[in-house]
Amino acid sequence: MELVQMQKSLQDYTKSLFLEGVLDSQFLQLQQLQDESNPDFVSQVVTLFFQDSDRILNDLSLSLDQQVVDFKKVDPHVHQLKGSSSSIGAQRVKNACVVFRTFCEQQNVEGCHRCLQQVKQEYYLVKNRLETLFKLEQQIVASGGVIPAMELGF
Amino acid sequence: MLNPGQGRGPDSAGVAGGVSSNSDPFPAGLRVLVVDDDPTCLMILERMLRTCLYRVTKCNRAELALSLLRQNKNGFDIVISDVHMPDMDGFKLLEHVGLEMDLPVIMMSADDSKAVVLKGVTHGAVDYLIKPVRIEALKNIWQHVVRKKRNEWNVSEHSGSVEETTGERQQQRDDGGDNNSSSANNEGSWRSSRKRKEGEVDEQGDDKEDTSSLKKPRVVWSVELHQQFVAAVNQLGVDKAVPKKILEMMNVPGLTRENVASHLQKYRIYLRRLGGVSQHQGNMNHSFMTGQDPSFSPLSTLNGFDLQALAAAGQLPAQSLAQLQAAGLARPSSLAKPGISVDQRGIFSFESPKIRHGQQMMMNSGGGGGNKQMNLLHGVPMGMEPRQFAGGGHMRLQQQMSGGGRVAGQNVQSSGMMMPVGGGTSMLQSLGQQQQQVMLSSSVPRRSELTESSSSCRVLPAAPTHSVVFNNFSSELPRNSFPLASAPGISVSYQEEVNSSDAKGVTATTTTAGFGNPSYDIFNDYPQHNSNDWDLQNIGMVFNSHQDTTAASSAAFSCSSSTQRKRAEQVQNHHQQQHLPSQSLNQLNGGGSVRVKSERVAETVTCPPATTLFQEQYNQEDLMSALLKQEGLPLVDNEFDFDGYSIDNIPV
Repeated sequence: MELVQMQKSLQDYTKSLFLEGVLDSQFLQLQQLQDESNPDFVSQVVTLFFQDSDRILNDLSLSLDQQVVDFKKVDPHVHQLKGSSSSIGAQRVKNACVVFRTFCEQQNVEGCHRCLQQVKQEYYLVKNRLETLFKLEQQIVASGGVIPAMELGF
Repeated sequence: MLNPGQGRGPDSAGVAGGVSSNSDPFPAGLRVLVVDDDPTCLMILERMLRTCLYRVTKCNRAELALSLLRQNKNGFDIVISDVHMPDMDGFKLLEHVGLEMDLPVIMMSADDSKAVVLKGVTHGAVDYLIKPVRIEALKNIWQHVVRKKRNEWNVSEHSGSVEETTGERQQQRDDGGDNNSSSANNEGSWRSSRKRKEGEVDEQGDDKEDTSSLKKPRVVWSVELHQQFVAAVNQLGVDKAVPKKILEMMNVPGLTRENVASHLQKYRIYLRRLGGVSQHQGNMNHSFMTGQDPSFSPLSTLNGFDLQALAAAGQLPAQSLAQLQAAGLARPSSLAKPGISVDQRGIFSFESPKIRHGQQMMMNSGGGGGNKQMNLLHGVPMGMEPRQFAGGGHMRLQQQMSGGGRVAGQNVQSSGMMMPVGGGTSMLQSLGQQQQQVMLSSSVPRRSELTESSSSCRVLPAAPTHSVVFNNFSSELPRNSFPLASAPGISVSYQEEVNSSDAKGVTATTTTAGFGNPSYDIFNDYPQHNSNDWDLQNIGMVFNSHQDTTAASSAAFSCSSSTQRKRAEQVQNHHQQQHLPSQSLNQLNGGGSVRVKSERVAETVTCPPATTLFQEQYNQEDLMSALLKQEGLPLVDNEFDFDGYSIDNIPV
């Protein structure tokens, strides 16, 4: 694939993520923080997010699988996931967390279980998409090109 | 322009490599401590802050953050903290920072519910950011640092702080990018400017927000001058004496009615304190507190310390002595411990802008972090606020503080007492060189020179200048200092002082100092508005209530000391008032925090009477002790031991 084409693909792909609401403008903020002195900033942060989220989702699953669910433990986890997902721009994950919290407040175990599933789903989705995006970027860089700046036409 | 990163003492040296930081225009180099247990957020914030050219230290645990702050008291300019953290609640950290370090603290959270935001305000956060935090929000966090400093400066100005400070401030304000000259050792220059204020008495009437433009001639209330003053007052009748007539009777060239008015206020406060009752209802002037400078000394000396000294010297006028006795001289005993090394900065809150106080209000201190999400104080220049606040706010505060004020006042008194009595030379120095000189130099001979009206303050032995300041306040301080304390700047300084001083005396004095200072400022402002007859009704009322709160105030002080500084910041601005709209919050930056602080102070009132503590400490070598013995006045038994303060004591 030609470099120009790869760059175009990357742009289109990124744009689609925004249009679908998988990512929001916060992700752009991250991209703006990346520069020559910090060329891998976005991927570093996102990787960190994945690691942390995996842990949180694990803890959440365990907590919700208890006989007696301790919502005092569940809520902080969801809260943190909400915070970190919003910080990297994983909009849908964040939104799912918001719903999750309301069920926590209601102490609705069933509802929480459903929410957890929803969160996981959105999480895996954004994880998948971002990994693809990074791969595209790496291909471009490997081909000697530069990653094009995001066009915020939408 | 202020360059906190560089202006700080030694630890700022070498920041960003000394030279480079010096060449960076403020706010570059701002030293930020960011605390968040979420590693993703922490990394993003760090990156964002670095992009803003700040010097960032990140921390994922609150306890660790606190220890970092404690180890490096002047190592940071501002703290950003998450609300929900596993090891410590973010608000708790906020309180600690406000109390101990008096730094502006910005809270942040993914939680945007009003309740939590409000909590941030009431705890004194200078701002509240909603996650996800955008870099724009962080670009402006420096405003909180500046605001806080400005509040401190304002206090200084009002208290007649060094004009150089003002000038410096102006310079800093004017030269946005010129960090080098003005910021270099800001604190040092502030201090030096304070010291340079030799023989300068701040003229109340001149206090203005941008005093930098005003050169206020200072009137030194010498012993002789004060004697003349008292003679005139007595002739006219204490209740009936008005500045104009007093001025006429005194017939001193160069003396203005304003000078007399402010001095009269202080005098009245002093008398009130002695009488234990507001003899001059409605006359209570905060001005007493505003006396800020040496001019107040005379009053302060009257308050407790001086009387004793005078009495001891056998020169106390019958009236004064009687008043002193009536007032339950125990207070004098609360004189600051000699040798209390009050942090000059702290003591002269007004003189030393830097104290960092807060109000706290840590929270108080501006919260504007750029992000308006929660930016309650965003955009509102604090500089102006203190004044406004002072005028209107202090009244409010007074009222509010009446409960708390008492305590505060008490403390102040004590501190006031302490000061002069104590050999706190350091304090003296900060207060004013003149006093300092007087005080520090042979106290004994000086004392003899004291006349009842004379600026015994000056004469007072070694009382650190601070003490002088306090003396002035003694009667008023309780109240004034209290509300003022709330002011972010004030409380901050207050708190800082407490923390910084290890010695008991120091702590105590510092505390008072802090209080005193702010009140000075604020009250100074107040009197100015009503040049002549202060409607000190509120004050009077507060005062009265405070009368018996000497101990309480001491206690409050003690408590405050122990708590080491509440970060009342308005953060609220340090300590935001809930009902205030963002605008007002901003305006009340000082005020807001003041409120919060006052509330806090009130809470701390429960502390054991601080006065006793002071007294005990002071008594050791104080004339007061001698005087008290002479007079047979009962010494308040202090259980209040400043050393024993701990943060826990403060009911937050």
